[in-house]
Amino acid sequence: MDLLDDRKRQVVTAGEARAVVCDRPSVAGSVTQRACSFCGSRVVLYPIADALHLVHGPVGCAAYTWDIRGAQSSGPQLHRLSFNTDIREEEVIFGGEKKLARALRELVAIHRPKGAFVYATCLTGVIGDDVEAVCRMATAELGIPVIPVQSEGFKGTKKDGYSAACRALDQLIGTGPTEGIGPHSVNILGDFNIAGEIWVIKGYLERMGVEVVATMTGDGRVDTIRKAHGARLNIVQCAGSMTSVAKLMKEKYGIPYVQVSFFGLEDCADALYQVARHFGDPGMLRRTKDIVKAETEAVLPELARIRRDLEGKKAALYVGGAFKAFSLVKALRQIGMQVAMAGTQTGGPADYEHLKELCDADTILADDSNPLEMASWLALRDVDLFIGGVKERPVAFKLGIGFCDHNHERKIGLAGFEGCAAFAREVHATVTSPVWSLVPRRAGKALS
Amino acid sequence: MSLPIAVPSSKRPAATNSCRVCAPLGSVLAFRGLRGCMPLIHGSQGCATYIRRYLISHFREPMDVGSTSFDESATIFGGQSNLAAAIKNMVRQYAPEVIGVCTTCLAETIGEDTEGILREITTEDPSLPPIIHVSTPSFKGCQYRGFHDTVAAILKVTAKAGTPMPHLNLLPGPVSPADLRHLRELVEAFGLPLLMLPDYSETLDGPSLASYAPIPEGGTALADVADAGRAIGTLQLGATLEPGPGASLQRDFGVPLVRASLPIGVRATDAVLESLAAFAATDAAGAAAAAIPAWLSAERGRLVDAYVDGHKYVSGRRVAVVGDPDLAVAVAGFCAEIGLIPVLVASGALTHRMAPALEALGLAPGAFEVMEDADYDSIQRRVVELKPDLVLGPSKAYPMARALGIPLVRIGFPVHDRIGAGRILHLGYRGTQRLFDEVANALLANQQDSSEMGYAYQ
Repeated sequence: MDLLDDRKRQVVTAGEARAVVCDRPSVAGSVTQRACSFCGSRVVLYPIADALHLVHGPVGCAAYTWDIRGAQSSGPQLHRLSFNTDIREEEVIFGGEKKLARALRELVAIHRPKGAFVYATCLTGVIGDDVEAVCRMATAELGIPVIPVQSEGFKGTKKDGYSAACRALDQLIGTGPTEGIGPHSVNILGDFNIAGEIWVIKGYLERMGVEVVATMTGDGRVDTIRKAHGARLNIVQCAGSMTSVAKLMKEKYGIPYVQVSFFGLEDCADALYQVARHFGDPGMLRRTKDIVKAETEAVLPELARIRRDLEGKKAALYVGGAFKAFSLVKALRQIGMQVAMAGTQTGGPADYEHLKELCDADTILADDSNPLEMASWLALRDVDLFIGGVKERPVAFKLGIGFCDHNHERKIGLAGFEGCAAFAREVHATVTSPVWSLVPRRAGKALS
Repeated sequence: MSLPIAVPSSKRPAATNSCRVCAPLGSVLAFRGLRGCMPLIHGSQGCATYIRRYLISHFREPMDVGSTSFDESATIFGGQSNLAAAIKNMVRQYAPEVIGVCTTCLAETIGEDTEGILREITTEDPSLPPIIHVSTPSFKGCQYRGFHDTVAAILKVTAKAGTPMPHLNLLPGPVSPADLRHLRELVEAFGLPLLMLPDYSETLDGPSLASYAPIPEGGTALADVADAGRAIGTLQLGATLEPGPGASLQRDFGVPLVRASLPIGVRATDAVLESLAAFAATDAAGAAAAAIPAWLSAERGRLVDAYVDGHKYVSGRRVAVVGDPDLAVAVAGFCAEIGLIPVLVASGALTHRMAPALEALGLAPGAFEVMEDADYDSIQRRVVELKPDLVLGPSKAYPMARALGIPLVRIGFPVHDRIGAGRILHLGYRGTQRLFDEVANALLANQQDSSEMGYAYQ
């Protein structure tokens, strides 16, 4: 692959001494897979199910994010509606603050949300609308927290959008009552309840004897987030998006946090042990061991069967955050697959160092990659599987390569022990499909 | 509190579940129908990423689109260097034959002189491929407008005068790849050489490949678009286009323009085929070819026969149609032709032309309601009142159809909860046949599923 000069330092093989250069803006015209700050904020806050999510901007920003994720709610479904101030030429000229205020009044009256998030966009940022002032006014007038999210798209990458979302959450946390919250209590940060995953995780924790106070933001509720400062520990998954909330809560409320992943047997077990060790309760530790043992034993036979078919096959992955990449490398090993390429949209320097240690020496590591690069590596390494999101899917499928969606839109829960089995089944279904014997890439080669 | 009904979104402070997306998406779609074209969106990179993702969900095809990746400083000082860098990088990676630049709200609002910057860039480096620019601020229009403005922009900078040529210009509008393939077949059945703009029938519905094509094969070559000013005529599909991109060819080059509704239904297809026959007859060599080909007459015959077989299942049933204005109007015309009552015809776009276009198709004024500039919230409010038996529309209408417990027959864009969106054929006798069968079967299935005995024959 003939990389763009500006991109060369962002690609290495794991065995090389040089580090992956990362944390930099995307190169114009490179066809990055990254979106904007708005996207980062929207994905983090979106699953809060009883809040009004109002996009202050033109139609596209809201329309493209309408019910975009499979983030499930056990109650209200307000988050699945798409609200926007639908900025037109008139507001571009005269300003959109009045329209925003009217929109908030109207929508709050109709939907009676517990809170509202107002997302600033490029357009309303540039025309100079004072979203904070309108939100302050609306909070006073409407009797619910109306929180501005400074997510103007041009302000940075998705990561900057995560920070804006975390700042918005910070405004909610600490405003609710904490009476009755016990000593063995946690918040789950950075799980978005795709396909109901947070319920699986919550199930393990409750069996361990851990009380879950707030989930941020999967199956999230305004009132539980308001009292999140009453929990004794924060469990942070998807570290890229939510570590800053955990850090803020540590500073403000002295709540420690652990970074974990619930993807993959190893990581899932480790996550539960970390929580149990933190509380240091012998009963809890024993229960955790029992859970890990029982859950692992329940899925191991199936994983072993699947492994027989997948042993030695090659995979590539390109995901948003690095923590998911770590887990996937391990989860793929568990089912006998090697990782030929691993990339992320938002990994940091330490993440890539860890990824280098984790991967084989010839694994290609790439930061902020693009379709042409990825397509060339998939072909070069002749992989059998690509793991990514919707934007990566056609790269794999066009080349006749199996694909597994590990992003927001998937309908299959992949977290927890049972999620490992689901993941393995999905990988198996795509990799062993008979259709590959017909695609040009494999035509003439025997079906292995 | 209940909202007043059928107030256009622009008059309300907020839209709920928008029924449209933004103009650059339409522009990217149109540019994908030019051979070797790489679209570039000037503004924040999220715009390009969201548009790519949305188009991928529908077409399930690679969708490489560049972005100039504005940051804060580009927003303050202008995006000139970003634009230059993006073009350089895209040329290096994709070697495009042409670059199509459309603009975001951001670039438009900061007063960027995109046209001027592009002139400078191309003057500085004459080796660059042709660059076509179209202004697509979403606060002025949606994907429908972005699409047609892009077709107009391509024609404006490309079409040239010259000695007459025997081909027909066809401006099909934002239809499916399968529709484009069928339109080509129809035009060629009359022996007419075809210049279709855009033509993404292959670029957005391509074959499985051994190696990734940076720009998918297919599309209309820019060199051929240059001949648009020399054609025997232009057939422009879309009942609400006023005047539409074909008008400039008539004005500047005297190319006769025939405007027709999308050929959905027997009568609408008859009308388009008659136009094709007339064009074929104007070409001296083609006079003999002006009769309707036998295979088309056979398709027409089968369609009418199917109408007869199924008429009772659809007769008097009520339907709500949602979609791009031209598709919604044409589908409503088809519904009226088979005895389905289109009680509501709705679009997120604003044309002010849907009601007159429906009347021109023979629908009685007052027998149907039209909503333009609508969001799904207001459409659903009307649908609750009007109680249709069926919705014809894109996947975005699914939550509404589900809430009301009525079937949805998926048409138009976007269809992202089924596979094969690019292969949905809406046009011609053949497309109408497919649509008719699907509509009748959706009503039958709904009736059968809700019957107590679960009868086996119909």
